[in-house]
Amino acid sequence: MTATLSVIRDCDHILRPGNTNCAGCGMSVGLQMLEQGLGRTRPTLVIPACCGIVTAGAFPTSGYAVPVAATTFASAPAVATGISTVYHLNGDAHPVICWTGDGGTYDIGMATLSAAAERNENVIYICYDNEIYGNTGGQRSSATPEGVRTTTTPRGKPERKKDIMRIMAAHRVPYAATLSIAHREDFLRKVRTALATPGFRFLLLLSPCPTGWKSEPEESVDLIDHAVRCGLFPLMEIFDGTRYRVNALPDGTPLERYTERQRRYTSTEINSKHIKEEIADQWQTLSALAHAFPAKSREQFEPA
Amino acid sequence: MARDLVTGNGAAGYTLALAGQANRHARGCCGGAYPITPQTEIIEYLRAFEFEKGRIVPVESEHSAMAVCIGASLAGARAFTASSSNGLAYMTENVFAAGYFRLPIVMIAVNRTLGPPWNIWADQGDSLALRDAPWIQLYAECHQELVDTILLAFRVAEDHRVLLPAMVCMDGFIVSHTQMIVDLPEQELVDRYLPVCSMPHSLRHDHPQTVGGLAWPRETEHMRHEIQRAMDRVPEVLEAAIEDFERIFGRRPRGAVTAEHVDDSETVVIASNTIARTARNAVMERRERGDRIGLISTKMFRPFPRDAFRTALSGVRRAAVLDRNHSPGSGGIFWQEIAASLQGEQGLLLQDYVVGLGGGDVTQDVIHRIIDDIESRTAPTDPVWEEVTV
Repeated sequence: MTATLSVIRDCDHILRPGNTNCAGCGMSVGLQMLEQGLGRTRPTLVIPACCGIVTAGAFPTSGYAVPVAATTFASAPAVATGISTVYHLNGDAHPVICWTGDGGTYDIGMATLSAAAERNENVIYICYDNEIYGNTGGQRSSATPEGVRTTTTPRGKPERKKDIMRIMAAHRVPYAATLSIAHREDFLRKVRTALATPGFRFLLLLSPCPTGWKSEPEESVDLIDHAVRCGLFPLMEIFDGTRYRVNALPDGTPLERYTERQRRYTSTEINSKHIKEEIADQWQTLSALAHAFPAKSREQFEPA
Repeated sequence: MARDLVTGNGAAGYTLALAGQANRHARGCCGGAYPITPQTEIIEYLRAFEFEKGRIVPVESEHSAMAVCIGASLAGARAFTASSSNGLAYMTENVFAAGYFRLPIVMIAVNRTLGPPWNIWADQGDSLALRDAPWIQLYAECHQELVDTILLAFRVAEDHRVLLPAMVCMDGFIVSHTQMIVDLPEQELVDRYLPVCSMPHSLRHDHPQTVGGLAWPRETEHMRHEIQRAMDRVPEVLEAAIEDFERIFGRRPRGAVTAEHVDDSETVVIASNTIARTARNAVMERRERGDRIGLISTKMFRPFPRDAFRTALSGVRRAAVLDRNHSPGSGGIFWQEIAASLQGEQGLLLQDYVVGLGGGDVTQDVIHRIIDDIESRTAPTDPVWEEVTV
């Protein structure tokens, strides 16, 4: 037992073994890929109320091998502002990363996020978006897709999901990108690009939650692969809120391969035809933007 | 020492800036700035000040102003901000968090009525709504005391025996927007008085920890008890801070509670903030007429100086508590605390007067009315509403 504990304590991985995350949690995979993308760089994490802070475990243990500031629900970008300001004043090189759920991003933290983005604080903001309040047992958020059943939308959610990427683009943040746990190289390259870009950086990770999505834990990575391939979750980058790059085009994978493996998509409100029309609309807009306002070829992370 | 004619807000901004600047050889200073009447000039002053090693962040809300202070303090800097009224109410969640984090943040609270109705004038209901937060609370009577108390607040908050945030309160407009001649300390003296801010539990990469995460009841109970023990140490740390203050600045600030002419008095008036100053004048007028009457001015509300009150009130027959605040369904908040301090004590008629809510003008005449009332009493009643704006 003692030997096991010392192995955990001395473990250098950002996400230590022995944490309490559920099997198949997209956040666990995301944290490991984040570490791979960061390489030898050690971040300071700022985590508001969300599953990500439950990951840390109870005092005095910590599921993270880097310093973590656990903040009130809406405060992560403001606390990160304070930390990154003092780091800047003192020449500390550690990047300050907000690691937050969709409730803390799309809902309660929206004003704080918007303000930090507007001030272009030197912070990397990563939202692991599981499209529900997962920590409290799966209630709807403004990131929940239309039609999906949650404990507070038992007949399916009537409203559409908020388009957070366009909201962040409207803030003209230097870098915004979407991350997929099924596209490791793309994920790592985007983390490196974010690391090399000063100012406010926003990364959106679609994060499966088997308990809330009513999906099988071993299918989490496949689900995200399908979400990208069917066009539901576009892999993209936005530079200065104005120049776009699409990283993967839909390949004809049917939407049902994604939705039929999640029992949250089984309400009578679900209309696959309607979702497909919305996906087509989304791609029409995105393709037009990427064509009219392309990212510059040099806006690509190159290893030094 | 420069003597200057300044407003309360100007004095507070100046003093905060010098305290922040004093940490320039350590981790610097940082705070959040968000406007609300009547404290706005403080954050304007801070935004205009050119810190050698510091930054005041113009945030989108009071909630974030305190969040920036929390982040800055966790990263080892000296952190401060200012707010009032509904701003303090909006900030509340992070006010509690800052204290539970054990961060020595200093905040100026310019007392203003909580709305609705919207009323910008003096009322202590805003800071006293935060009385159950783990913060030291100090109430300044006047401009000079405000300057001195801000410096004391940093000194006590950052002391490793305490490590709790501190709120320095003043009456909105009556102090914040009026001018008085004040001894403004120079940077060199502030540098001597406020040693570098050192945080034993700041975020560190050589010893990574999760600060503010989950805890079981056993650990939580222990942490809460530690906060009470830290509060218990505040009076002696404050006394030591006052000694040092006198040595460096050449004048001696008041302690937690000041009892004036109480020893030979049968009746005592208890007040805080500017009402205490007005009451002092009324009390002196009465004494000149030969009345045996005294004054207790309360500077420290948290931790509540129970021992000081028990000592000051022993032998007193009647005490009138003047509360420019009100807890609906109960009464004045200072009165509640004093009554709780005196449990088991016999022979004192303690009467509460709720007076000057919403910035009503508490003049010497009002204080004389209250003194007449308590001197005619043989027993206390429920809190008396002394409406001053007839």
